[in-house]
Amino acid sequence: MEATPLLAAERIDKRFERRLDFAGRLAARLGAALGNETVHALDGVSLAVMRGEVLGVVGESGCGKSTLGRILAGIMPASGGRILWQGADRDRLTGTERRSVKLAVQMVFQDPASSLNPRMRVADIIGEAPLVHGQVTRAELGDYIDTILRDVGLDPAMKQRYPHQFSGGQRQRIGIARALAVRPQCIIADEAVAALDVSIRAQIINLFDELRQKRDLTYLFISHDLGIVRFIADRVVVMYLGRVVESAPTSALFAAPNHPYTIALLAGAPRLEDRKRAFAAIEGEIPSPLNPPRGCHFHPRCPHVMARCREEAPRLSEIAPGRLSACHLNQA
Amino acid sequence: MSGNPVMSAPVVETPLQRFLAEMLEDRIAVGALMVFAALVGVAVLAPFITPQNPYDLAQVDVLDARLPPGTLASAGFTLVLGSDGTGRDLYSAILYGLRISLSVGALSGVIAMITGASLGLVAAYVGGWVEATIMRIVDLQLSLPAVLVALILVAVLGKGVDKIILALVIVQWAYYARTVRASALVERRKEYVDAALCLDLSPGRILFRHILPNCLAPLIVVGTVQTAHAIALEATLSFLGVGLPQTEPSLGVLIANGFQYMLSGRYWISFFPGIALLVTIVSINLVGDRLRDVLNPRLKR
Amino acid sequence: MTPTLDIAGLSTHFFTRDGIAKAVDGVSFSIAPGEVLGLVGESGSGKSVTGFSIMGLVDQPGRIVAGAIRFKGEDMVGADAQRLRSLRGNRIAMVFQDPMMTLNPVLRIGEQMTEAIAAHSKATKSETEARARDALGAVGIASPEERLAAYPHHLSGGMRQRVAIAIALINAPDLLIADEPTTALDVTIQGQILSVVQRLVARSHTALLWITHDLSVVAGLADRIAVMYAGRIVEQAAVDDLLTRPRHPYTAGLLASLPERAAHGGRLASIPGMAPSLLHRPQGCAFRSRCGLARPECGNAMIADRQEGDRRFACLHPLADPARQVM
Repeated sequence: MEATPLLAAERIDKRFERRLDFAGRLAARLGAALGNETVHALDGVSLAVMRGEVLGVVGESGCGKSTLGRILAGIMPASGGRILWQGADRDRLTGTERRSVKLAVQMVFQDPASSLNPRMRVADIIGEAPLVHGQVTRAELGDYIDTILRDVGLDPAMKQRYPHQFSGGQRQRIGIARALAVRPQCIIADEAVAALDVSIRAQIINLFDELRQKRDLTYLFISHDLGIVRFIADRVVVMYLGRVVESAPTSALFAAPNHPYTIALLAGAPRLEDRKRAFAAIEGEIPSPLNPPRGCHFHPRCPHVMARCREEAPRLSEIAPGRLSACHLNQA
Repeated sequence: MSGNPVMSAPVVETPLQRFLAEMLEDRIAVGALMVFAALVGVAVLAPFITPQNPYDLAQVDVLDARLPPGTLASAGFTLVLGSDGTGRDLYSAILYGLRISLSVGALSGVIAMITGASLGLVAAYVGGWVEATIMRIVDLQLSLPAVLVALILVAVLGKGVDKIILALVIVQWAYYARTVRASALVERRKEYVDAALCLDLSPGRILFRHILPNCLAPLIVVGTVQTAHAIALEATLSFLGVGLPQTEPSLGVLIANGFQYMLSGRYWISFFPGIALLVTIVSINLVGDRLRDVLNPRLKR
Repeated sequence: MTPTLDIAGLSTHFFTRDGIAKAVDGVSFSIAPGEVLGLVGESGSGKSVTGFSIMGLVDQPGRIVAGAIRFKGEDMVGADAQRLRSLRGNRIAMVFQDPMMTLNPVLRIGEQMTEAIAAHSKATKSETEARARDALGAVGIASPEERLAAYPHHLSGGMRQRVAIAIALINAPDLLIADEPTTALDVTIQGQILSVVQRLVARSHTALLWITHDLSVVAGLADRIAVMYAGRIVEQAAVDDLLTRPRHPYTAGLLASLPERAAHGGRLASIPGMAPSLLHRPQGCAFRSRCGLARPECGNAMIADRQEGDRRFACLHPLADPARQVM
């Protein structure tokens, strides 16, 4: 029916286990209430990123969006499921193919302070990987770095400086330059503008857009900020406690959210148009991922909760062309 | 041309400039550093500024034995600090002894640092049973008194500079391993390591080019303190007679040699080498204290 | 009516190794009882230092070098430490971005709350406990009895922040200073906090200073907004005037940078360059190097505030106010 996605996740699971050490096992043997703790960070997450699109992933803390980004970027392995690159299982690739697929997906991080190695000069931060992987020769490297720095709006004359000599916005540009240096096709931006001031944030968002057109990039844009996702994304995936609850084209999602969680999320966000509004919030806390509720993860906070929601997790199913939602209300 | 404005970074002092400026704020540390530099200087220049080569038996006259400071030696020079039981000029012997003590301390420190840091890095990066094994050995090592372990090792290995250095390395590597592992665990979680993984860089490159340089600050602090310990430990072993041989006396050997004359009033044979050892260790420790204050980010505002 | 808080010409400077950082430099505003003022600025604009200055919590090497802070007409800058202590936590309270700034990790929630009550009033044990329970209920915490016995680490971040707010409001202060209390929290939890603060402040007629970088939050919460840039307030006005008809180019630039007002797929209007270092702030208007309307005279001496009705701003070439031109 449609083209093969550039990058796809198929029923990805991720469990973080904290095993007891020897002392812990001894204490447990003696009757202490200790056990191996398992956090189910991702629970059967599937999504597909089409070539050239910007896919937004939104959700609150503990929803697993960052973990998903890291697994898609190949930084951490999944506990189950498959990652497909242009339809091929990425874990089965070997040799140069494996490397080129790995380099094709790069990541831009949240924290401009810790995402750059403080002991390396900007030229080394950007130039190390393309040189090591033989994408450029040592002779070409200088010009190559200059071009990339100009592309991200930095003066190449500053390439011998260290990260601490730059402002937050400039450091984020360096982080983008580092990702671009290995000529990726897809960039995963994990809260890449969250730590920046409003006026600087707009510059970086514009830069992302400019680079996408210029270099034919595909983005997975992870953010908790609905305003940014609405502006930049073509399609949005909403996550809650390790599961995808809704996925839809941006305009459709913001015009008519389907899942009760998405509705609450959109209603709770403060808006510039508000004047002396009465803030009304959804009740309850975000449950701990250590011990998520049975059935639908959102049921303890949901205003439409039914008996079925407490027992059975709703499946993500199509409610309109291109729109998926995981709520029992749609089946009623 | 990009539509973004090309921006210039503000001029900031380099980390090295800031480090030096902060280092020099403390007068005591500056003084200690100058004393230590002077000690290293005279140790290096010893052959040119001493009247006698104490290792050359032909230059040592037994008739000069146990002369008090200020006496004229038979070779014609003044024994500024007196002479020891074999007739060696103490001033010359101290400078040569300092050479040995400092180089044994520094060499064992460097080897222990390289070994310990590598093992600590591997432990932090690999994790699992490798980390458990390395760190349990570290715990075991640190739970035994250093002097005792060194004594047993030297007794087994025998005398000699190389044996002493080996013993000191075995006693000390664990401190470096523990320090590096602790800071490597912190660094590992930072996003720049994730970025390096995403760029498909090799584990060796990530460990030694990305993580290790960020663990250097605590390593340098531990390095200075441990070097002082190594010098003291070597002196202890030599004093107990299991360290360096009589023919190439370190400060510890010189102190031991004079010990038997202490009660007979010939204080200088032990006293002056003792002072030299004390000044060396105190100056290194004072520099180490200041380094810890300057390099520890938690103490900064 | 005497304003609850009246600040005139407040300057707080930090005397660092690298020079004098003028974190707050000539800031003036006032808040009436029951009024909510949103103090908005980017990092380094001096908005948090303003809050700390009011609380008397500026540490070395910082110092209030000029200006007056009057709380219900009483001078706070010259007040002695004992008077400040009796005002803090009783008549003036503060909540921070990190609730652990005020919560003690080794004391139970109940002990911390009864302590806050007992420090400023004489009441029997059962009375204080009842008040603590009610205060937790008022911030929307379920089963307060159980929570009183809990330690801070047992609670989630959002719950801790609500406990911190409950403690801040327990003595019904006249002034509450909130420094980015919802920045670290999730959207749905932020909504809970905003609704709690809004209700409690309205009930006790407390003056509220809400410090934030997020214009959207104060749009729905505040009566007036003051915008800070490089240590000065560049514009302050009623919420609607400021958000729909900004006069200072910085306010306008800030609003235009927000993605929520932009059309999808377009370009965001961004402010070029970056904020100046507080150590080397240029003479005259600090914003002029990033401003499209700047002229040479903007670099001359300090720009004086201009008053237009309820609005005050510091700019020589302000944007036109359509509402005024119509008249």
